Amino acid sequence: MLAYWNRIKIENELIYLFLRNPVAQVAALIATISILGALFAPLIAPTDPYDLASFDLLDSFYPPSWTDGGDPRFLIGTDDQGRDLFSAILYGTRLSLLVGLSSVIFAAVLGTSLGLAAGYIGGRFDAVVMRIADVQLSLPAILTALLVDGIARGILPREQHEDLLLVVLTVAIGLSLWVDFARTARASTFVERNKEYVQAAEIMGLHPVRIMAVAILPNILSPLLVIGTVDLAVAILLEATLSFLGVGVPPNQPSLGTLIDIGTQYLFSGEWWIVIFPSATLIFLIVSVNVLGDFMRTVLNPRLR
Amino acid sequence: MLGFIARRLLQSIFVMLTVSLLAFALFRFVGDPVAVMVGQETSIEDQERLRDELGLNDPVITQYTRFLGDLATGNFGFSYRTRQPIGEMILDRMPATLELGIVSLLISLIVGIPAGIYTALRSDGVLSNAILITTLIGVSIPTFVIGIFLIYLFGVQLGWLPTFGRGGVVEIGWWKTSFLTIDGLKALILPAITLGVYQLTLTMRLVRAEMQDVLNTDFITFATARGIDYRSIHYRHALRNSMIPVITIIGLQFGGIIAFSIVTESVFQWPGMGLLFLDSIKFVDVPVMATYLVLIALIFVIINLIVDILYFVIDPRVRLKPEAG
Repeated sequence: MLAYWNRIKIENELIYLFLRNPVAQVAALIATISILGALFAPLIAPTDPYDLASFDLLDSFYPPSWTDGGDPRFLIGTDDQGRDLFSAILYGTRLSLLVGLSSVIFAAVLGTSLGLAAGYIGGRFDAVVMRIADVQLSLPAILTALLVDGIARGILPREQHEDLLLVVLTVAIGLSLWVDFARTARASTFVERNKEYVQAAEIMGLHPVRIMAVAILPNILSPLLVIGTVDLAVAILLEATLSFLGVGVPPNQPSLGTLIDIGTQYLFSGEWWIVIFPSATLIFLIVSVNVLGDFMRTVLNPRLR
Repeated sequence: MLGFIARRLLQSIFVMLTVSLLAFALFRFVGDPVAVMVGQETSIEDQERLRDELGLNDPVITQYTRFLGDLATGNFGFSYRTRQPIGEMILDRMPATLELGIVSLLISLIVGIPAGIYTALRSDGVLSNAILITTLIGVSIPTFVIGIFLIYLFGVQLGWLPTFGRGGVVEIGWWKTSFLTIDGLKALILPAITLGVYQLTLTMRLVRAEMQDVLNTDFITFATARGIDYRSIHYRHALRNSMIPVITIIGLQFGGIIAFSIVTESVFQWPGMGLLFLDSIKFVDVPVMATYLVLIALIFVIINLIVDILYFVIDPRVRLKPEAG
């Protein structure tokens, strides 16, 4: 009961501090708009960038509608293939958020369960998990992600690779992020393991899995939540980077990274809008997630206040 | 002391063995080496003979130990794509990446440490908050976007700096350096800033956090109570104690910089190892991928080992707690 009560109190505190932090509010607003835009992209977007029939090469390189030579049909202009940039960005944000969220969830589930089990069981299992984590830590995130992608390219036949690209991307990014979750979960579990409520559950003869999932997990969630938020920003950044490097989503699927990649090729000839708008969207999205992560870290770690 | 180093060394060797196992698996099981090496018309028998000659029919353990031996003697095999020996390819490109990395690290430390100290000491000042907000944005702007806009501003609009390549290089033995020509130094500026910005923000935030932690400790309170002036407290007592973890940061950052130079090298067409690795991913050039993997892990492990030993030498507290490592 006490554990639940404490959680409710923290949540109330979260809301209390949130209402007094205008920066966090703006960030939450931007994040909400991005998420809503991504969710309802098919309803909001004037055209469907996946539908080849919906755009025309003749419409390519229209500048934003308020500038000279702009077309009112294309609010912020078109790209090199005549796609409406506004629609492409909406769908791109959708893809970026989808990959970002699913890879963080993947990393969180993998890392938390390994860390929780390592902390609770201890001994040899703990040693093995932590050594694997050491190895993982000696490979920077971007390298892991690139490697997983490269391996997938080598193993899967070409067509299958295209189909599974989003899954490959999710696994690639997720695998590079799990260690933070594992280490934090393990450290918190070490603290919780010796508390009375865990001993009580053990004496009651509950199954270890149940003790970990039902008793310990809720008590170690808050630091994991902070990592999750911070990692979401990292994951979105990684996805954009991989796509920009040409090893992420294929160029015919608009993601923010591929749009920026395309835009870069035309920036120097004066078509600035193709790179500016996707970059701005990406930066706003990541800044807002980072601000929220920072805010949560400060709230949940009283030492920083 | 010796026990500590021995334990760390063992751990490092374990990491390297695991990474090499990974690299071996990559090399052996991703794609078929024989299929890549021979043409379409080679008969099955010839392929089998080649397989035998290459020792691909030996037990996996034998193959792995041979692979380890090859790695240890610097025999990394040949690239599937260019057919060149990989050792040469990497050695040829390593100076470019290392020089870029060192300059970025310097930028990150020279700007990041003072900024971190300043924001820790004046945590409520206007300038502090401005710096903090700037760094939050700095963390959030993708490296490639920073690179593109630097190129656009300084390369295309103002025309001050070159936008790709290394400029002029001078060869000192096999090491091609761009430090010795004006041209080369100019070419270094934009990529180094691009690569350094993210690390800079990290350095600043970590120095700030560390300094704030130290300022809250009892011995600082005690020093204040003794009436020691603030300048001395801040710079002699607090700064010294918060610099110890900064060594770790520098170490870890250099590894991160080498890895992240993949992105910067791609934006600036910088002829370093990162670009080589990126190409190897795109063309599934497995031997190059495997070698790069081992190399990066080795750099990381060596840096970590040095950092840990330095830590041990510099900070007496670590020595007093034998179990802390």
